[in-house]
Amino acid sequence: MRSTPELDARAGLDKLATYPFAVLTWVDDAGYPLSVAIEPTFESDRPAASFTAPAGLPVPTDREISLSGSHIRPQPGYGYDERRHVTVWGRASVVGERVTMTGGRAWGWDEAEVPFFEYSERSTGQSRKYFDALSRERGTPVKPRLSLGFLALRTTRLPFLTATIVPVVLGIAIAASHGSFDLATALLTVVGASLAQLAINVSNDVFDTAQGADDVNVTPTQFSGGSRVIQYGLVTFRQMATLGMALYLAAAVVGLALLAMRGSIELLVIGVVGFVVGLGYTAPPLKFVYRGLGEIAVAIGFGPLMLLGAYVVQTQGALRWEPFVASMPVALLVALILYVNEIPDRRADARAGKRTLPVRFSPATVVTGYRVAAATAYVVVALGVIAGILPMPTLLILLSIPLALRVSRGLLPNYDNPYGLMAVMGVNIKLHVVAGVTLIMAYAIVMLAAVLTPGVDLFLG
Amino acid sequence: MATVPESVARLLEVALVGDLTVVDATGRPITYPLIPLWDGEKVYLTSSTLFSRKLEHIKGDPRVSLSITDPVATGGRLDRATIQGDARIIDADPHGGWERLLPIWEKKEPSIVLFLKARVALPLFFERALIELTPRRVLYWSDGNAASVPAVTVVGEEAA
Repeated sequence: MRSTPELDARAGLDKLATYPFAVLTWVDDAGYPLSVAIEPTFESDRPAASFTAPAGLPVPTDREISLSGSHIRPQPGYGYDERRHVTVWGRASVVGERVTMTGGRAWGWDEAEVPFFEYSERSTGQSRKYFDALSRERGTPVKPRLSLGFLALRTTRLPFLTATIVPVVLGIAIAASHGSFDLATALLTVVGASLAQLAINVSNDVFDTAQGADDVNVTPTQFSGGSRVIQYGLVTFRQMATLGMALYLAAAVVGLALLAMRGSIELLVIGVVGFVVGLGYTAPPLKFVYRGLGEIAVAIGFGPLMLLGAYVVQTQGALRWEPFVASMPVALLVALILYVNEIPDRRADARAGKRTLPVRFSPATVVTGYRVAAATAYVVVALGVIAGILPMPTLLILLSIPLALRVSRGLLPNYDNPYGLMAVMGVNIKLHVVAGVTLIMAYAIVMLAAVLTPGVDLFLG
Repeated sequence: MATVPESVARLLEVALVGDLTVVDATGRPITYPLIPLWDGEKVYLTSSTLFSRKLEHIKGDPRVSLSITDPVATGGRLDRATIQGDARIIDADPHGGWERLLPIWEKKEPSIVLFLKARVALPLFFERALIELTPRRVLYWSDGNAASVPAVTVVGEEAA
């Protein structure tokens, strides 16, 4: 994979012409490079540049020479930005004091064309090659490293646990408002569900790597493109697969313990369906996300399954419509996290045969889809309140609408700019958390009201 | 002990960027803009393993040059210099070995410390090697003009 776009001599010289001067370089007779700043003029009819011969330094005509330009903009207190450079190689001919270089090939990088993070990502293979060579030199494996804490954070994508915490705590809160609450099983539910999500995160990276999707992604962000610990050589494929299995096993142990403690057949069904949906998200033969079903799988997994699972642990199997309806906005908003995060990945996903919704649809359709889904999340809550299924305080979720609008407005302008989209993705994650917290707060209000003002009904109808 | 003329040492101290040129296996010069780090005796540069072709070239042929030519990167100074020398790659500990030069690097690029604190975001960028350049010959243009013959200083063997 190239780390910089291909550049021919003509294009290289055109770029070089934008620099105030060039650095002429050749390898001298002692074998050392020798450089001198010159001010070339550029020929329009052929890829050539000419300049006055530098005083006292004869330019060789029997070997390749180069002309380079580099640019930075100093930023006091920070460093610099606007980095770019270009080099054109060619042969020199000398007539009197005038030297002409006919360009042969060129190379360069401009961070305005290839952002630094993409340039770095495209260069991952070079890093691997260097470490491989170091390992051969020393006769022992030399690998890039991260501290254990950072490695755990990156490998499991721990910050994304909000996707689990929100529905699980909401499910527990709804159950508590119905008079069912057990602290030990509540805590165990949070731990088990978190382990399940970490297992899913890790196994997704394993299957995405096995199917080539993460390898061809050169524009990952902190929210998309996987953990990349395998691609960076920080963790081996085998270690990652082992970790995924260990996390699944730990989640299963907690699930079985909850099953033993609460004896709910509903919990067993939810756990089995959750396992299939979680693993099948990227794993063959289901591969939901590769078929454009990723959003639905995530919505089901991190919406009703998590919320109802937490609810039935507390109620020992009793189910009601209320937690199901309350899980709908959570499901929609968590699916929208994936949906937006797939936008910067869409080219790599398409190359890997991952037919996500942003791969299938135009930017305008994708943005419309976002608006419809986000609006539906609020409409469901409003209808739930009107129908007397959800308590009135759940309308607090409407406070998160400004965040949804920020995401909605930020999508199209940043659609082709993964790094500009990062801020939008951040707000989108915040939207899910804020909306979830407002619903949890709503049930805290319901419970408080039941204690303070027992006669007041917070349900319509 | 200084191994380059005082005026060149001052250029090295202020330059935010210099052009390191290495020689590839075919004898072709390849130029990379890098931050020169001057410790008063030797010039150091540092390269991420992500962009490590230059390191491979140096391991194949240690003869390199470093040019300081851009007035924008030297606070408006018009003088220019090219240092030819022998480079040595220091990569015994790519994870942290280069950090001994962090104080000099930070003076030129203060934001690097913030980035280092968040190395989890870009771990391979901070797997790095040092390039230690021992100067052999220095060309200096006091007016920065290639129409002038440069002052040439050959650095003594004792400096190595």
